[in-house]
Amino acid sequence: MPKVHTDKAFEQDLREIREKLLGMGASVERQIAASMRSLTDRDSKLAEQVKASDQEVNRLEVEIDNLCRKVLALRQPAASDLRLITTALKIVTDLERIGDLAVNIAERAIDLNQAPPLAQYQDLPKLAALTQRQVKKALDAFVAANPEMAEEVLKGDDLVDALFLKIFNELLSFMLENSKNIRRAMGLMFVAKHLERIGDHATNLAEMVIYMVKGTDVRHPRSRDLT
Amino acid sequence: MNAATMHTDKIEANDLSVFFRQAQVLKRVALKVPEKKVMAVIGPSGCGKSTFLRALNRMHDLVPGARVEGRILLDGENINDPRVDAVALRRRVGMVFQRPNPFPSMSIFDNVAAGLKLNRVKGNHAEVVERCLRQAALWDEVKDRLGHSPLSLSGGQQQRLCIARALAVEPEVLLMDEPASALDPIATARIEELIHELKARYTIVIVTHNMQQAARVSDQTAFFYMGELIEVGATEQIFTNPREKRTEDYVTGKFG
Repeated sequence: MPKVHTDKAFEQDLREIREKLLGMGASVERQIAASMRSLTDRDSKLAEQVKASDQEVNRLEVEIDNLCRKVLALRQPAASDLRLITTALKIVTDLERIGDLAVNIAERAIDLNQAPPLAQYQDLPKLAALTQRQVKKALDAFVAANPEMAEEVLKGDDLVDALFLKIFNELLSFMLENSKNIRRAMGLMFVAKHLERIGDHATNLAEMVIYMVKGTDVRHPRSRDLT
Repeated sequence: MNAATMHTDKIEANDLSVFFRQAQVLKRVALKVPEKKVMAVIGPSGCGKSTFLRALNRMHDLVPGARVEGRILLDGENINDPRVDAVALRRRVGMVFQRPNPFPSMSIFDNVAAGLKLNRVKGNHAEVVERCLRQAALWDEVKDRLGHSPLSLSGGQQQRLCIARALAVEPEVLLMDEPASALDPIATARIEELIHELKARYTIVIVTHNMQQAARVSDQTAFFYMGELIEVGATEQIFTNPREKRTEDYVTGKFG
């Protein structure tokens, strides 16, 4: 059984940070799913809901930041506690960005829903499902403090990038075929790019989880070789 | 041992055990203190950290029933060798205690000069007293009242006076046993700043209950628990990513 802090209020603060981060993670997961549904189901009302739900994510970002600052100031955390707090401060930024990207997708959906669909969307929902899984796995790795799971997220990003490239080429061919497709193809291109960026934020989360658990920084291995 | 390690390690404890009658309070500790660095020794009460510190200048010689086993090398020489004179050793390895303990019946000047007189050092005592008071960052505050009683000074000033007194005999190592625990935060900050300055000339070993203080002042941190050395490493590593579970539990406050 893991030991708990002698100071119960400190223990409570750390638990609250973890729980709020999870709540924020769940919110952005829902945002990604809903924003994609608003596109595939041509549901602009749902897209408006995604835009509104961003407030909740932003509120959580501010709350978690404040809580982390409070713990830093009042508790002088060390070792794994310090790594949790510094990780939390960075994770919220990535989660908040993921939320923003979901909002961007919803905004594109509202625009795209006003014209007939360009084609059957197949790869785009696949890309969305993949990035959503990446975000979920990164958050699960955080909850379970599981660096192996986080490593899987890092490896999984290649798949995201490959699928994005495929969609990119497809949409490009639509544009070359007929200039009337450009507006819609561009809209879908943005959606694909937003999803690919969400995947990048998921790898950031995974890198932070590895640092939190093992205390080793796995970011930017190539630029570190120079030092 | 090669020349490089002779140079870097000022103190090297090997298989060091201390007993008080039947009780073993320090268990086969092996620890190297690098020269002109600050080593902090942390751990809960009764972990053996003060016992370790006191062994470094043979203060256990003075305690009836105390027995020290193992070796402590100072510049490669075993200080527990019976041929080593304990008084001469304590000149090389000075001690600053938890509570400021200036000699109350002597003037500020005589407190600093006391060690010189005791060791029958000839020469210009005034020069030495000024240098030590400057090194202890106390000179400007006392230069106009060197003849006054040390009891006219604040607690923090008295502690710096004790550091100046320890410096007067030109030690190589300074041992500090909770030197700031009886001081307010500003006096504590002065002592900590002083430690940063002193390590240019001296090797310092400081025992502290205050983990933030250990984190602030030391280059290396050693964690003791129940008489054993659990872990020693760069202070930054101990406080961000300790290797041992017991160190982790202690620095995060999960003990007891």
